Amino acid sequence: MSNGVNVQALLDAREVLKGAPEAAQFTWRASSKWQHGVHSTTKIQKFFGLGQEQSHKSESVFEADHPEVFAAEDNGVTPIEYLLVGLAACLTAGVASVAQNRGITLNSVESVVEGNHDIRGILGADSDVRNGFNDIKVTFTIDADASPADIEALVAQSQKRSAVFDALTNPTNVTVEVA
Amino acid sequence: MYVTTAVIGAGHAGLAASHLLTAASVDHVVLERGEVANSWRHERWDSLRLLTPNWLNRLPGAAYEGPDPDGYADMSEVVDLLERSAKDVPVRTGVNVASVRRSPEGYTLTTSEGPVHARTVVIASGACNRPVVPAFDVPPGVEQVTPFDYRNPSRLPDGGVLVVGASATGVQLAAEIQRSGRPVVLSVGEHVRLPRVYRGRDVLWWMHHAGVWAQRYDELDDLTRARRLPSPQLVAGSTLDLNTLTSMGVELVGRLSAIRDGAALFSGGLRNVAALADLKLNRLLDTFDEWAGTAPGERHEPTRVPESARWRLDLRSGEIGSIVWATGFRPDYSWLDVPVVDAKGVLVHDGGVVGDGLYALGLPVLRRRGSTFICGIEDDARDVIGHLVQGLR
Repeated sequence: MSNGVNVQALLDAREVLKGAPEAAQFTWRASSKWQHGVHSTTKIQKFFGLGQEQSHKSESVFEADHPEVFAAEDNGVTPIEYLLVGLAACLTAGVASVAQNRGITLNSVESVVEGNHDIRGILGADSDVRNGFNDIKVTFTIDADASPADIEALVAQSQKRSAVFDALTNPTNVTVEVA
Repeated sequence: MYVTTAVIGAGHAGLAASHLLTAASVDHVVLERGEVANSWRHERWDSLRLLTPNWLNRLPGAAYEGPDPDGYADMSEVVDLLERSAKDVPVRTGVNVASVRRSPEGYTLTTSEGPVHARTVVIASGACNRPVVPAFDVPPGVEQVTPFDYRNPSRLPDGGVLVVGASATGVQLAAEIQRSGRPVVLSVGEHVRLPRVYRGRDVLWWMHHAGVWAQRYDELDDLTRARRLPSPQLVAGSTLDLNTLTSMGVELVGRLSAIRDGAALFSGGLRNVAALADLKLNRLLDTFDEWAGTAPGERHEPTRVPESARWRLDLRSGEIGSIVWATGFRPDYSWLDVPVVDAKGVLVHDGGVVGDGLYALGLPVLRRRGSTFICGIEDDARDVIGHLVQGLR
């Protein structure tokens, strides 16, 4: 049975990093450049981890813009939609990993992520409305060789160990500077 | 003073150690900073009762003999149980151990009554010496209370109370504070949900008989996690889960993540910690049914989580008059001048065997899941003291 996740490598890493917390410190990086209007291009390739510079196999390029209903050119998805990409991808990776670890074969894992957003916040139309999502809902549809309770447990455990779920549900200190 | 074995602490663990040492004819002394059962007398709130029913509360030399085996002991009854177990135990009360150091013969204990030299030492000083209080910047004007300070709701200031933590302590205090008329906001992280009764029997009857408590420490998948597991949401006599508290009017919020600019910020993950606890509860009940070899018994309504739990609570608005930190307890090893405590302050031991004649008793999941409870101490003490006695030969 395999979902293609190398769980043994992850479990080995967990044991090694228990005794080497400094190697566990990663820095993820993105470099962004303004194009025109509210369109920007962000590139990701290098990151730091395991005590040294690391690199993805290739560079990824992300276009961000706003839709035409925002009077923009729609050259890419809205920045806040990238949060949905991150959440869906992170939870899905978690489901696959936990399933692998528990010996559950996955036939298909699909999810729909909806973030409810009151844009009066970012427009400054109502100071009582926050800028970010009011709430987010993720709905998984999973076909696996497991009971409904075991599938629910996969989804629950994936949230428990999700970086993006944590980053969205708990506050994080953010420093923004001009170089 | 010279002894073969010095036992530190005259709670249930130290007394059990003494019984086994006496049975093996090992000369020893039990050093107690206060009096027998000191923590049970002085570091507990007024309404506290044991989570285990009376019939389970067995110690070497003392078992429950009263008229209500299915009842739950209050603190005076716990003290009585320990005092009966302490009969003929060589306890020296009022002796504070300030330090334990290695010596050529074993260990030297510096105490308030002078040095004690021992070949072996049993640390039985308890698992709950200090309440854990996270380092948050609480605005002045909000009173902060730990379970060691708390006695009953009447001593709290008027106004709302933020109870942080939803294990046994948190749910019990949230319930009685809410009943006192102070509105309670309960901050809920990962927790263990249990019904008081399953299929007509106390849930701890099932834990005991179905063999859950007998699971050995060296056979558990994740011992570190088992030892850190929060105490179950239990109270004497009735079910006290989050649904009970919601019905009483307690407001549930997520785990406390930060206090920033005078506002408490709670995790948006409340729904998931509730789902995890519901799933684990059902798995536990499944194992009970499997053990009993019968069709499944009753299942419980999933935890009701508010549609949109508050994630921000302004602590300067006057809504909250006090915070009760029900965020767990830790042992205190500041007096232990032997390098046997890890960077996180956890005693390093293998089933109570620390090494070089040093032993521990009375810690969670020390040798089995049941170690956490009073009734688990006799088996642990037999194993640990057995090892100690072997080492003397």
